[in-house]
Amino acid sequence: MTIATPERTKISVKNLDFYYGKFHALKNINLEIPENKVTAFIGPSGCGKSTLLRVFNRMFELYPEQRAQGEVVLDGENLLTSKKDVALLRAKVGMVFQKPTPFPMSIFDNIAFGVKLFESLNTTDMEERVEWALRKAALWGEVKDKLNQGGSSLSGGQQQRLCIARGIAIKPEVLLLDEPCSALDPISTGKVEELITELKNDYTVVIVTHNMQQAARCSDYTAYMYLGDLMEFGSTDQMFFKPTRKETEDYITGRFG
Amino acid sequence: MTTSQILLQANAMEQVREARYAQRKLVNRVALALALMAMVFGLFWLTWILYETIRLGVGGLSLATLTEMTPAPGDVGGLANAIYGSFVMVTLATFVATPIGVMAGIYLAEFDTQGWLASTTRFVNDILLSAPSIVIGLFVYAVVVTRFKSFSGYAGVAALAIIVIPVVVRTTESMLQLIPAGLREAAYALGAPKWKVILSITLRAARAGVVTGILLAVARVAGETAPLLFTALSNQFWTSNLSQPMASLPVTIFKFAMSPYENWQKLAWAGVFIITLAVLGLNILARVLTRTKI
Repeated sequence: MTIATPERTKISVKNLDFYYGKFHALKNINLEIPENKVTAFIGPSGCGKSTLLRVFNRMFELYPEQRAQGEVVLDGENLLTSKKDVALLRAKVGMVFQKPTPFPMSIFDNIAFGVKLFESLNTTDMEERVEWALRKAALWGEVKDKLNQGGSSLSGGQQQRLCIARGIAIKPEVLLLDEPCSALDPISTGKVEELITELKNDYTVVIVTHNMQQAARCSDYTAYMYLGDLMEFGSTDQMFFKPTRKETEDYITGRFG
Repeated sequence: MTTSQILLQANAMEQVREARYAQRKLVNRVALALALMAMVFGLFWLTWILYETIRLGVGGLSLATLTEMTPAPGDVGGLANAIYGSFVMVTLATFVATPIGVMAGIYLAEFDTQGWLASTTRFVNDILLSAPSIVIGLFVYAVVVTRFKSFSGYAGVAALAIIVIPVVVRTTESMLQLIPAGLREAAYALGAPKWKVILSITLRAARAGVVTGILLAVARVAGETAPLLFTALSNQFWTSNLSQPMASLPVTIFKFAMSPYENWQKLAWAGVFIITLAVLGLNILARVLTRTKI
């Protein structure tokens, strides 16, 4: 039996509002994401789950009409007003997207690309790092003999695990997963879920999912969002077995709407 | 409803479907026939052109065509200086135009997609794209040739480059726009700076298309006569000095084909054959490149 350690907060969201142009997409969100745990965001399409996720690595800044107001504190610093280069934030807060996006290069280079951005490793160290990342993503056995082939030659499920490997290869502290299994078959999904459970030993994981069972299976905490509001946030057990709000219960049990 | 009623209704439904389907089949046949006729019409002329080119071109072709200079009327000779001139000017024009075109295309697709500068650039580029090549030839004549008081290979290069640039700008921009936003985001999510994302990810993903655009532009200018007529002019002799008038295949063909001398006309056909072969080769290469996408 392990000794329960008091949980540290990794990301703390305070009074966060988000706008797509004039559209108010997130309304006064307050939320604390614990370190080394898996936190799931659930809710119907368009409720703002992905939007919230994309604030954590400032991905929204790629689009000039999107803006965020409020505080998102990562390790004691408000990342929205931080003067540090956004690239450093993204090295610390990795992200995996809904659709697999292999880069137009070999499997090996797909992983090495991100590593090279921040570290200059010699050949042996780089090979070790690539193998380590691929092993972590449960992909090594399937690709170890074809590391020089193009990343897009892999199947959809393998591509998605390649993207996860790519994300963890740069050793981030937080991993954001935006519906990582929505394009995968059940077997690949199972592999990715196992991986998520394993990843939380080293990383803080935040996952957006439409799949209730997935949230129940692999998360420790769950946030239910609806139309830009955070309706309820708590431990996954509590959320799924005795949610405090009627809306949460309706959504989780499928009686929504 | 009784069973027989249900069966009757299903039968009626079946008949309606069959009637609709028969009509659709007819429309399909007519459309297919029209499309085939259009194809045959196009292919007919193309085959005829190729046939005549080969029939008359191969006749004039010999080793001397590739090794000897353009002859005087009635003399023996080849097209070596014209082939060399075309090769040099087209290659140089491509080397000048490609970086400019690719960079402008990157600017339009990645940096400023909606601003006034981008809209203006796109508009001007479209005009340039459809400008008659003789206009560009005259422009370079007025700007370069009259200033330096001499027809020159450089002026020819300038004219060809001006034709290549808008094609490359347009294809680079369209090819980059085809790259899904997700791929860019994935690279940014790793902490890659913008220049790195463009060079290593988007441009790389689009490279087959970009290279194809460049090759098609090269194929286009390789056969252009008008922009060289007032710029590089022509030259009866071999020259690798670009500040002198320079021979080129299209201009030589133009000159020789219009002449009353039989040996010149023969060489003109040989030149047509060579140029057709080169353009065909470039087009096939472009096809092959677009097919082998990574």
